[in-house]
Amino acid sequence: MLDNLSINQRAAILSLVMLIGGLLIWEAAIPAQKTAENLTEYELLMGLGQERAGVPPPSDILAKAWEELSNPFYDAGPNDKGIGIQIGYSIYRVLSGYFLAALVAIPLGFLIGMSQIAYKAFNPFIQVLRPISPLAWMPLALFVIQDSEASAIFVIFICSIWPMLINTAFGVAGVRQDWVNVARTHELGSLRTAFTVILPAAAPTIITGMRISIGIAWLVIVAAEMLVGGTGIGYYVWNEWNNLDLTSVIFSILMIGVVGMLLDAAFSVLQRAVAYAE
Amino acid sequence: MSKPFLSIERLTQTYPDGQGGSTTVFENASFGIEKGEFVCILGHSGCGKSTIMNILAGLAEPTSGVVKMDGLEVSGPSLDRGVVFQNYSLLPWLSALKNVTFGVKARHPDWSREKVEAHARDFLAKVGLEGDVVHRKPSQLSGGMRQRVSIARAFANHPKLLLLDEPFGALDALTRGTIQEELLKIWSGTEQTVFMITHDIDEAILLADRILLMTNGPFARVAESVEITIPRPRKRTEIVEHPNYYAIRNHLVQFLGHRSKELAGKQSDDADQRPETVRLEKTGQAEDEPSAPPPLRAVND
Repeated sequence: MLDNLSINQRAAILSLVMLIGGLLIWEAAIPAQKTAENLTEYELLMGLGQERAGVPPPSDILAKAWEELSNPFYDAGPNDKGIGIQIGYSIYRVLSGYFLAALVAIPLGFLIGMSQIAYKAFNPFIQVLRPISPLAWMPLALFVIQDSEASAIFVIFICSIWPMLINTAFGVAGVRQDWVNVARTHELGSLRTAFTVILPAAAPTIITGMRISIGIAWLVIVAAEMLVGGTGIGYYVWNEWNNLDLTSVIFSILMIGVVGMLLDAAFSVLQRAVAYAE
Repeated sequence: MSKPFLSIERLTQTYPDGQGGSTTVFENASFGIEKGEFVCILGHSGCGKSTIMNILAGLAEPTSGVVKMDGLEVSGPSLDRGVVFQNYSLLPWLSALKNVTFGVKARHPDWSREKVEAHARDFLAKVGLEGDVVHRKPSQLSGGMRQRVSIARAFANHPKLLLLDEPFGALDALTRGTIQEELLKIWSGTEQTVFMITHDIDEAILLADRILLMTNGPFARVAESVEITIPRPRKRTEIVEHPNYYAIRNHLVQFLGHRSKELAGKQSDDADQRPETVRLEKTGQAEDEPSAPPPLRAVND
């Protein structure tokens, strides 16, 4: 029966089996809590009738997801906002920091890629700044910028700039001399050469850098929002932990994964659009 | 003698050899090309053919010497000197058609999009590329088709001088033959001046009005300029029947086989290194002096 299916279909079936199997094991592994009627008087005196915090079963999380996703944009005060609003804040921060970084990294990367001197001059700075954990910038950012919102955006900016910068420089430096010669023999000016020859030639490498950057930015925003607080998916996770609402914690972890996957998928579409075969 | 259309005057190229000294590829090389002429240059690898080509294209600077076209000194690349590179040099992210319009747009920035596209399609059709195939990317085309696109791109711009750098070097013999004939067809319509590098003697005889022969490097020079005394239009199947064909071919083979080595390595002592003109004419006199040793070379300037 399975023989008639394509590889994709078979893989999908296997994925589904693993998902259901995993969920069932998880569900079965959560010990049922005794209800208050079945307790002895001693147990009641010991306070064991209280609900104990434990890892919730998947069925609870599914119920939670249904509840949250059926009304994602409600706003009932600072500590009670819908998941859609929280994710919206996070995406807004990620995209602002990310596009600011792209605005700096791509032109600068072009310059560094075009000129050996610029490459050698910038390289030591890039090598030192690149390995710094973006969160290490947070105290300095908070002090200098004096605004937690802008500081979070700055942290995203600083973490997403490096892969874009390095990949742009690498892509531009690696453009085949033949193609540059084609531009030269057609008397294209430097700006037209940059846009009609070098940019399309380096685009796959640049987009790869942008894809790495958006991934890193989404990783970092969660941690950054835990620190700055107020809004966002990272704050939401931390807040629910403080509420000891593990169902919400697990639900939001899953949401972080889904959004990250969607961001990545968007860039993979872009990557396919600019790819070329030599 | 009036100045030729393209004149190469005392061109010298030296490279540092990495040990403090320098290697001279060629020295004081001088020759001219007339308007509408098809000139091939033959020589062994490393004799500096490609360097001369790059200097003519304006992509490289000679150590000394000048190239003049139409009386004006060549400096830097120009649309007046179109180049077809050996490795096609098509932009892989553009379709065949877009690769040609890329050139046409650069040449005629004032043309409308329709006009640019019609012009490009016209030239693609001249090299036998019509219909849906023009929308394919270079990676979806065979080597022969890619080189056709490349030739169409160069001809579509009507450069004053067309430079071909071993355009058929990477093609199989059968494809090469077809495209050579297409090149002849498209060339004969335009009276384009062409300078072409090749390794292939038969190709050179088929295409050229004149073949420049280079000695081996270092201190290579353009030693001879052999006129191809076979009337046009030429067909690869017919030229082999012509009485001059084997005389010319033998002369070229002898040169590349022996004399390119014998003549190599001579310094010019600051003299102009002009090629001597060789004209082989076997029609008519062939019967007059049947027993004499073949007078392969008749020097006249």
